[in-house]
Amino acid sequence: MTALLAVSDLTKTFGSGEAETRVLRGLSLALAAGEMAALLGPSGSGKSTLLTILGTLMKPTSGRYTMLGQDLVAADDRALTEFRNRHIGFVFQFHNLLPDFTALENVVFPTAVREGRETAQARARGRDLLVRMGLEARVDFPSANLSGGQKQRVAVARALMNRPELVLADEPTGNLDRDSAMQVMDLIAEINREEGTTFLISTHDEKIAGLCRRQIVVGDGVVTG
Amino acid sequence: MLYGLKIATRYLTASKAQTALLVLGVAVGVFIFVFMSALIGGLAEFILSRTVGDISHITIEADDPDPPVLIQRDGHVLAVIERGRTRTATLPDAATYLPLIEKVPGVVAVSPQIGGAGFLARGAQVAQVSVTGLEPGRESAILNLRGYIVEGSERLGSGIVVLGETLADDLSLKLGQTLRLQSSIGASAVLTVGGIYSTGNGMIDASSVYVSLPTARTLFALPQGVTRIEIKLSDLNAADATARRIAALTGLDAVPWTDGAEQLMEALNAQAQTGYFLKTFALITIVIGVASALLLSTYRRRPEIGIMRAMGAGRGFVIFVFVTQGALVGLLGGLSGAALGYLALLPFPSRDAFEAGTLPMDITQGSYGLAITLTVIGAVLASILPARSAARVDPVTAIGQ
Repeated sequence: MTALLAVSDLTKTFGSGEAETRVLRGLSLALAAGEMAALLGPSGSGKSTLLTILGTLMKPTSGRYTMLGQDLVAADDRALTEFRNRHIGFVFQFHNLLPDFTALENVVFPTAVREGRETAQARARGRDLLVRMGLEARVDFPSANLSGGQKQRVAVARALMNRPELVLADEPTGNLDRDSAMQVMDLIAEINREEGTTFLISTHDEKIAGLCRRQIVVGDGVVTG
Repeated sequence: MLYGLKIATRYLTASKAQTALLVLGVAVGVFIFVFMSALIGGLAEFILSRTVGDISHITIEADDPDPPVLIQRDGHVLAVIERGRTRTATLPDAATYLPLIEKVPGVVAVSPQIGGAGFLARGAQVAQVSVTGLEPGRESAILNLRGYIVEGSERLGSGIVVLGETLADDLSLKLGQTLRLQSSIGASAVLTVGGIYSTGNGMIDASSVYVSLPTARTLFALPQGVTRIEIKLSDLNAADATARRIAALTGLDAVPWTDGAEQLMEALNAQAQTGYFLKTFALITIVIGVASALLLSTYRRRPEIGIMRAMGAGRGFVIFVFVTQGALVGLLGGLSGAALGYLALLPFPSRDAFEAGTLPMDITQGSYGLAITLTVIGAVLASILPARSAARVDPVTAIGQ
């Protein structure tokens, strides 16, 4: 498998002086294209910080991060925003949909914001994704009126909208009941299998982690296993 | 950009009550702006029409020739013939200039006149008067004599005099009665009262009399020419420029009404300044209202801004969304306020029918376009600060909220 991303000697420090907290302490990691990996570790181990840095939403204090051959530490905000839009999808624990928009409008957002308008093509892809998520009856539903599981499936569809190479999921099932959680994970596994999208899923749940082919354990700011 | 407009519109329509309140606030500011513009403009119009509406906007008078002086060879002045108290200079070629002046853009009426002093006598009663000879058919060209007539007619024919109500009362004159008018050069004529007017101006009503131009020629021994030409304009604010144009065209000394009216102009300027202050305060209120409402919206929507940023929305896009919201609020508020202002001004009498005791609101001076434009600009400026604040939202912190 070809390498999708690599980070080396990654450090992240918050605060300064007595309040200084080192969350990442020289973390190194590589992900190959098409992988489906679970990110495990206790609270405060640096999982979320690592995901945030990998998602280009935050820069590390030091270290290297390259994805698809691009140096993402040196890139400026504009370049990172564009890169994120094209190559990275996010699924958050609390779905984080735009409440004043329908399910379809939420899914189409990443493409529409790049193209400056909602094209018919984008709407068709968004609709296909929602159908694939089993939400054909909820396409034009206001997202605020969807159930927790439905919202999370819309979030997965949104993450896949721009056909990203990498999807970062931070506790995607942490807020769902067991059935909904398994439904979401089955979808993720299906997409990984069929489209080769790389998934890195942060979770505390051993059962969810067991569904992934690789488990990466983070402890005290470094990869421990 | 279209997509940014959609997001901005959705945000505004998502909180209908809040948006309606915001638009209403802006509309009230614009309403005040429009109302003040119409009031200040109407007031200025009213004052001008009452003060200079019935006077000549441009006057052409012949220059009196320099008085003859007898000077010795060494430069000593031996004798000077003092200038007479009565104006004697005339414009002999007035008839040539009249068609030229009438064609100057903005000129609505031209009135050749012969003016002078005289005495009006009826029996033992005598009154000193100012005599003006007007061309028959152009009696109301400058002073709206027809509008002020209370008895008889303004038409000046041979042997007819039209005089003020106060003067008529002083001399116990009635319509159709005869009197003797003697000019300052001693010529006299027996005239019949053809009309009595009341302008409301005490000076005019007590001492001005009007006769026909041929009668004035006899009284002041002027077989040809006139002593002055009075000109009325459609826009009295254009008097200075038009006077310069007429002077260049005719070579005559054309004097605009603004010469010697500095105090009136200062008063009108002061009034206009007051209007600018009030309108500026109205705009400031709009800007503060829009800025605070959008700042609040920015704070409330921080998590959503964070999500948008995470999904690949650039800072420029976020700024565009919030600035567009400001522009839309400004446009809606501006249009509503201007429409409300227009509707509120409808019941007031038009500028041609201003009456004493009522607010002289001029619906045509509501500055509607200016109010809407300034409001949109103000609202856009007001939204820049909240928009920049929104663009600076850290997606990680915002999503974690």
